[in-house]
Amino acid sequence: MHDSHEHEHEFKIPLGPQHPALKEPESFSIALKGEKILGVDIRLGYNHRGIEKACEERTFLQDVYLLERICGICSHSHSTAYVQAVEEIAGLAVPPRALYIRTLIGELERVHSHFLWLGVAGHEIGFDTLLMYTWRDREIVMDLLAQLTGNRVNYGINTIGGVRRDITPEHGKDILAGVATLEERTKYYIRIATEETTIIKRLSGVGIISKEDALRLGAVGPTARASGVDRDIRREDPYAAYAEMDFDVITDDHCDVYGRTVVRLKELMESFKIIRQIVAKIPDGPIAVRAPRKIPAGEAFSRYEAPRGEDVHYVKSNGGEKPERVKVRAPTLANIQTVKHMLRDRFLADMPIVIAAIDPCFSCTDRMVGIRRLDGEKKEILGWESLRSFSLGWHRARGFDVTVAEKKLHQLMEH
Amino acid sequence: MKPGRMLKLVLQSIFKKPATLNYPADKSGMPKGFRGKITFDPSKCIGCKMCMRDCPANAITINKIDEKRYEAVFDLGRCIYCGQCVDSCLKKALTASAEFELAQLDKKKLRVVFHADAQKPAQKET
Amino acid sequence: MNALFLILIFPGFLFLALFGLFAEFIDRKLYARMQNRQGPPWFQPLADFIKLLGKEDIVPDEANARMFRLMPLFALTAVVSSIIYIPLWKTGALYSFSGDLVVVLYLLTLPTLAFFIGGWYSTSLYARIGSVRSLTQMFAYEVPLFMGLFSPALLADSWTLSDISRFYIDHPTYCFFNLIGFGVALVALLGKLEKAPFDIPEAETEIVAGTFTEYSGRLYAFFRLAIDIEMIVGASLLAAVFLPFGLKDEAAIGFLIYILKVVLVVFLLTLARTIFARLRIDQMVKFCWKYLVPLALLQLLIVLFLKGVLLQ
Repeated sequence: MHDSHEHEHEFKIPLGPQHPALKEPESFSIALKGEKILGVDIRLGYNHRGIEKACEERTFLQDVYLLERICGICSHSHSTAYVQAVEEIAGLAVPPRALYIRTLIGELERVHSHFLWLGVAGHEIGFDTLLMYTWRDREIVMDLLAQLTGNRVNYGINTIGGVRRDITPEHGKDILAGVATLEERTKYYIRIATEETTIIKRLSGVGIISKEDALRLGAVGPTARASGVDRDIRREDPYAAYAEMDFDVITDDHCDVYGRTVVRLKELMESFKIIRQIVAKIPDGPIAVRAPRKIPAGEAFSRYEAPRGEDVHYVKSNGGEKPERVKVRAPTLANIQTVKHMLRDRFLADMPIVIAAIDPCFSCTDRMVGIRRLDGEKKEILGWESLRSFSLGWHRARGFDVTVAEKKLHQLMEH
Repeated sequence: MKPGRMLKLVLQSIFKKPATLNYPADKSGMPKGFRGKITFDPSKCIGCKMCMRDCPANAITINKIDEKRYEAVFDLGRCIYCGQCVDSCLKKALTASAEFELAQLDKKKLRVVFHADAQKPAQKET
Repeated sequence: MNALFLILIFPGFLFLALFGLFAEFIDRKLYARMQNRQGPPWFQPLADFIKLLGKEDIVPDEANARMFRLMPLFALTAVVSSIIYIPLWKTGALYSFSGDLVVVLYLLTLPTLAFFIGGWYSTSLYARIGSVRSLTQMFAYEVPLFMGLFSPALLADSWTLSDISRFYIDHPTYCFFNLIGFGVALVALLGKLEKAPFDIPEAETEIVAGTFTEYSGRLYAFFRLAIDIEMIVGASLLAAVFLPFGLKDEAAIGFLIYILKVVLVVFLLTLARTIFARLRIDQMVKFCWKYLVPLALLQLLIVLFLKGVLLQ
């Protein structure tokens, strides 16, 4: 009796895969009682495009462009992380000027991403004015990037061995002018975010995750730094030109969405600092070394601090023109585990902003994690060869010609 | 805690020029070096097909018309406008123009052919 | 015949509809300009209305079709009938009788009820959450709104809107005593019209469209028209009670001043929409009971004190 009465007002509401709150498809199934959230079920995979498999069928150089298009906002992160891994395997010495240019584009991308995030956060709490103003300012960064790299998104500045385009002193002047405007605007947004009553009411105390839980669940990036976890790959494992840059790693103790907002805004100020240092200190020299078409056999692990957190790439080469394996671990995959934890005992109205606060990029996230056996009772992870055999069987059953692929699989299995 | 911090800015904005453009009536254009549609100069092409080898999207095909004359066929739908072909070309026969308004209603119009001509380079869009 | 003209054309349905669409245009244009954007052209709300009329009405299988279809009409009728008792540009309204202030306030709660019933009978999860929020919100803003509007009535010693406006026209300086009440009524009106920061029942990023999730086509067009007209009626009510200027002038000037008053109220509503984020429903209820009600009580105390002093 008591049981049925208790569950009377409970129901499940789907948030996604299509929902105005989500910029990309993902399925959250929320168990509600009135306005209170009882639990969340997360289901990923709607954006899986088979990129890791596609990487194996293209040459190392073509993969730079493919991986760049995993995501629009983290595109330079993925491309740089991959290129760093390949350069490590091939033992290439990238010239310092190229490293500086890579860092410059990386920081400009971070500025772009954080402005975009501010706007999206404003939209999720119903504050469209913030959305319009931050996205208007984002145009300054995008125009700057279009001038430097040739495109507003998916910059294509990286190539194996260096970068493809140089920056001129005039570019440097434009960059400094753009950064000056943006810094002024950022100071205004910091004031708004820390003083506006309605924003503070919506963001404070929402999405709390303690430092221990953040470490236990593996959160990365601003999500973790807002809980006091002092980790930043740019400082821990410096890549590109970060070893020569002077900047602070921003942490905050609020542990909630408000803290994440403050961390991101302050990181914007640090980015402006780094960009100014780059324009002042950039060394002269070539912008690329010649890269071989066949990368020698080896494997490498490369990390990059994307605007959302730690982006990890693993590349394995077997001496040929095409990579044997490319594995991408995007920061959102690490952060999404925390969403369930953050939403316990919160209200439905907090759902969009909590999801937006980890800065989700589901296009980055949906890679292969583990496959469970589809038939039978036993649940086991399928290995690479069993997965390939299964795929060949599936295609053969539907009338595709799989002889070439089968031969290749046998060759690999005999290794 | 003060509510309505953006009041001054929003009131000032009523009298300022809007930041949005009335596209397509007003266009802002793209900066120099923007990677739009790729153009081909047949007088420089030697038919090495390095561009075809490096294209990530298989968007360019070089066809041999006869000795020392080549034409280029682009699939604008496949092209990702990365400009790798421009970098790979040994003879600088390819350049990235600033044209980006390439949407079509008819898929056949996305196939662009740059014909080879012995006298002068001519481009014809089918 | 004359009555039919008054009800259907002017100042009845047609006038209200056109004025409502115009007010929506002002609202959207100002909203856009405040955000440094261009905003829609003047005919946009009319174009939206005509477009929606041409779309298909989709009624969900599990919904109660009769209630579902009835609610937009119900809301529209309620708001249109309430204009009859509000003095617009003359001190006398079309019809008045003793106590019509209460009747107008009652008629203005009917649209909220219509939203609730329409959303509830949609049987969609999002619509149900939105409709329940709509009703919860009503418990928060109704009391401050009523109290805010009762204070000028108390000072004027009458529950009839026409008499109230006549009183303030005769003593125009008295309306400055009601400023707190004006503020309270304005904020409560934001809640009634479900505009930010109180647009919780129709929170796009949380529950898709709240009560209106399942509505489409003509039904949705009429709901939107009802909301626009509700804005006009609410603004007219506030203008009649708190801003009694121009009511004694000639018809043409009086009409113009009336339009200006309504546009001023709409501007204030749009300003609030622009500079505030959306509150959560529990925060909204707390806010209304913690701040608005005490302010309204303060206003009542001031009025009672003044009555004692003035009538001496």
